[in-house]
Amino acid sequence: MANSTDYQKPIPIPDEASKPFFDGAKQHRLMIQQCSSCGTVMWPVKSRCDNCLNANVTWVQASGKGTLYSFALMHQIYHPGFASEIPYNIAEVDLEEGLRILSNVVGCSNNELHIGMSLEVTFEDVTDEVTLPKFKPAG
Amino acid sequence: MSVKGKCAIVGLGVTAMGKVYGRSASDFAAEAIKLALDDAGLQKEEVDGLLINANLSPEMGPLLQMTLGFEDLALMNAMNAYGSTAGTMIQYAAMAIEQDLANVVVLVYADAPLTQSRGSGSSYSGTGVFPMTGMNGLRFAYGYYGANPGYALAARRHMYLFGTTNEQLGTIAISQRKWAQMNPWAQMRKPLTMEDYLNSRYIVEPFHLFDCCLVSNGGIAVILTSAERAKSLKQPPVYVLGMGQGAPGDNQRTDREPGIYTGAKQSGATALKMAGVELKDIDICELYDCYTYTVLVTLEDYGFCQKGEGGAFVSDGKLAPGGSLPTNTGGGQLSSYYMWGFTPLSEAVVQARGQAGER
Repeated sequence: MANSTDYQKPIPIPDEASKPFFDGAKQHRLMIQQCSSCGTVMWPVKSRCDNCLNANVTWVQASGKGTLYSFALMHQIYHPGFASEIPYNIAEVDLEEGLRILSNVVGCSNNELHIGMSLEVTFEDVTDEVTLPKFKPAG
Repeated sequence: MSVKGKCAIVGLGVTAMGKVYGRSASDFAAEAIKLALDDAGLQKEEVDGLLINANLSPEMGPLLQMTLGFEDLALMNAMNAYGSTAGTMIQYAAMAIEQDLANVVVLVYADAPLTQSRGSGSSYSGTGVFPMTGMNGLRFAYGYYGANPGYALAARRHMYLFGTTNEQLGTIAISQRKWAQMNPWAQMRKPLTMEDYLNSRYIVEPFHLFDCCLVSNGGIAVILTSAERAKSLKQPPVYVLGMGQGAPGDNQRTDREPGIYTGAKQSGATALKMAGVELKDIDICELYDCYTYTVLVTLEDYGFCQKGEGGAFVSDGKLAPGGSLPTNTGGGQLSSYYMWGFTPLSEAVVQARGQAGER
């Protein structure tokens, strides 16, 4: 685990609403929201189902399997924490549960990225409190 | 009953654009409104409606009414529908005028993000302090900043699905630069070649520098009134014949692709139907062009070509001067000035009046 002086990128601050997500990530589980009334899956955190507007929203563990929907390579430095990684990728990942989420693909070079490639979740422990779900080529 | 032809754009004010330093957004707004009133031959006291394009400037809110000294308005709002705000403001103004809620309505956009001490690229990307609370902080943790990556992701997907190329996007940038060379208001008037385009640095790959819009200081105001009133004013009236909206949303589920299939399909069809015209009747387009890709996907969704064929459609240069579908004839946000939807709106007014000079 990186200690706080090594890790220069911005770090999310878990709040009450997102606690199940960040708690899950710490245990290396990718958590998503699902409506108990209509079954709709949601991202990011919502207080009510964005399909039926009921408040019966629960957290479930996603399989972590998905495919690369699209990707882009960031060539400009918007935050100094990313300066040494330019160009770095950002990725939209289609989870098999039906959600399209933002992340980074790790474990391969940017040249190896291709839309439609199979991905699986992996976890980067950035502090004692915060772990980031990322994706790597499926083994 | 429809608002077709009931209202007209009668005033246009455009301030100096681009690297105009040391002035506030409200100063640009005030000047733009004064220019538009003079252009129309109207007095400030005759204005009874004010629609403010809420944007990233904190000055562009309801308080602008007080800054500008408008009193006893019958219609006032600060509106934001992102890039389509200008178009929707025209709609609400026209509907209000048609219903006798107001008679002379000013629409205004102004912004002053550029300062001498920093580059355009950082103008809108904040102070380096990002809202990191909760899952909304994830995007910054993953390195997603500003508007560029969202459109770059959509463009990359379009390339994958349909074989669209950077050269085809480059054709759009080059076509618009040719128009900008004939526009005295345009910020970028140096010729642009395909080599220049392809050699320009990547901002967010697949976007090169010249795929991305400018950042501008400046202000634009437009005045609408009834078709009846318009007849006695200074400028040739520009009648509002058709309008429509389409807001597809994005629920972040995998069953839809809002970056590929945009709201233009719905809004375009609605507007054409109201106006009673067909696409083949359209001889000039002023489209939102925050990126080259935006032009391409909008042309597809309006139906000028099939979905996925936008790249081939633009690649023969038909959008450029002398082409069969002149598009963004002032240079657009890519080469002229970036005032959100007021960029295509202002150029459309100039063209419809027949005041565009050689272009």
